[in-house]
Amino acid sequence: MVAEKPVDLRVAVGPLELRNPVLTASGTFGYGLEFAPYMDLARLGGIVVKGLYYGPREGNPPPRLVETPSGLINAIGLQGVGVEAFAEKVLPKLRAVATAVIVNVCGADEDEYVRVVEFLDRQDGIAAYELNISCPNVKKEGACPALSPRTTFDLVKRIKAASRRPVITKLSPNVTSIVEIALAAEEAGSDAVALVNTFLALAVDLETRRPKLGNVYGGLSGPAIKPIALRMVHQVASRLKVPVVGMGGIMTGTDALEFLVAGAAAVEVGTASFVDPDAAVRIVAEIESWCRGHGVAAVRDVIGTLRAA
Amino acid sequence: MTIERNARLRDLAIWGDFFHFTVEAPEIGRAARPGQFVMVKVAEGTTPLLRRPLGIHNANADGLELFFKVAGLGTEILARKKTGDRIDLIGPLGKGFTVPADARGRTAYLVGGGRGIAPLYFLARELVRAGLRPLVLYGGRSLADIPLRERFEASGIPVLCSTDDGSFGYAGLVTELAAAELEKEKPAMIYACGPDPMMKALSAVAAKHGVAAEFSLESIMGCGIGACWGCVHRIKSESGDGWVKICEEGPVFPGERILW
Repeated sequence: MVAEKPVDLRVAVGPLELRNPVLTASGTFGYGLEFAPYMDLARLGGIVVKGLYYGPREGNPPPRLVETPSGLINAIGLQGVGVEAFAEKVLPKLRAVATAVIVNVCGADEDEYVRVVEFLDRQDGIAAYELNISCPNVKKEGACPALSPRTTFDLVKRIKAASRRPVITKLSPNVTSIVEIALAAEEAGSDAVALVNTFLALAVDLETRRPKLGNVYGGLSGPAIKPIALRMVHQVASRLKVPVVGMGGIMTGTDALEFLVAGAAAVEVGTASFVDPDAAVRIVAEIESWCRGHGVAAVRDVIGTLRAA
Repeated sequence: MTIERNARLRDLAIWGDFFHFTVEAPEIGRAARPGQFVMVKVAEGTTPLLRRPLGIHNANADGLELFFKVAGLGTEILARKKTGDRIDLIGPLGKGFTVPADARGRTAYLVGGGRGIAPLYFLARELVRAGLRPLVLYGGRSLADIPLRERFEASGIPVLCSTDDGSFGYAGLVTELAAAELEKEKPAMIYACGPDPMMKALSAVAAKHGVAAEFSLESIMGCGIGACWGCVHRIKSESGDGWVKICEEGPVFPGERILW
């Protein structure tokens, strides 16, 4: 019997080398350690930890979650411990895990983003930053730098100048043209872009005629958004030179491979981790199995291979 | 915490909108403590998308028992399961009730409203093992809402019932029943699980009598394991008041820490 040759799962996201294309989406994987009882974290391509402001952040009043058909609307409001507590309590344990740790960086204004990056630059064990310019929950109207090419460009430029590590800019889908915003991030020096964040959404309680979420609006994630996310990833990947990290409703290896075919160099698994804590490592195994079954020796050969209709 | 993908269900029992199953999940059963919960995947596919949190009704080395009321799509699907069907669940999760030290021989009040009675059976049995004398105060809208009375009594645990419509036991709220009992005897501890207004009123009664109390809070949960920050409640901490995750630091909290 001849041993099957293992599938080469390695991918590169710009300067960032990943052991496989599956990352965990920020905000759906806590600070990573919450999932250690359920999986070997080293089997992940990387962990993108929950968005961090400089200081601790309170978050929104409940209810914070509403389930919708094949979807979930959340309005957590980026509650979190802040970078100092993260560096002291979480990062030393994450350093022991042989996978890429990517920190999702938040800020109430440009200066705070810079302070977060400057602080994290002094810590070891971080592979890259994911710039969260697109969380729609921080202000009620969903305002954020990702809504305009100009504010995106200015912020990415400042962060790139401040950072010694690769920067992945995470984009909002709640814009007229996500391609324009992506191009602005690229022009400002972003090493990659990640998309999509959640879709701004509303759930109504008919009997009380009140919003179902404490914050009124929230962000829709889950399988319901996958086709729109795929379209956006394809559009952006077709126009940008820098790599795209794709996400939006990925529940299976098949979903993840569709994003790769559409042009993503890597993917992030989000809401699926709530349903199955070990979803991301299952998806790694499913990608490998699909590649083996289709005679694909290296998963990177699948990236951007969408054929004409 | 264990993920049990293929746990067999048996011992289906039905009382109107209330359902009971035994789940053959020995690893979870062995590890479970009263007040902890499991996250149950009720269906294949993506609607409903999320698991459902359910309090552990009883547990031992063979598995655990669930007791729940149909309250929405998730529990409705679960209620259609039959003996022999399989479910996927994660547990035991969260922090459960605590048993006070040096309380052997003393009484503890267990106050349950409607489906909130579920975790109190496991607790009552644990308290008996620890040498306490549990008294269950069990409230519902009507007789149909308090189906577990006989189960407690069959285990030798006394039960006082209240119904809003007076169809069984004390006519009125279970908190009024608890207040009346507190005039007679001061228990070592009050434990409660039920609707927020019930627990809020009970919290005030317990504080007035200077009796320690623990409450099991309920919330929609995204993950049940502390990752999504979706199930928060306002809780007092040394570092100040804040939104605390029910799934991770709770679901059971001491009464004096809960801001209603």
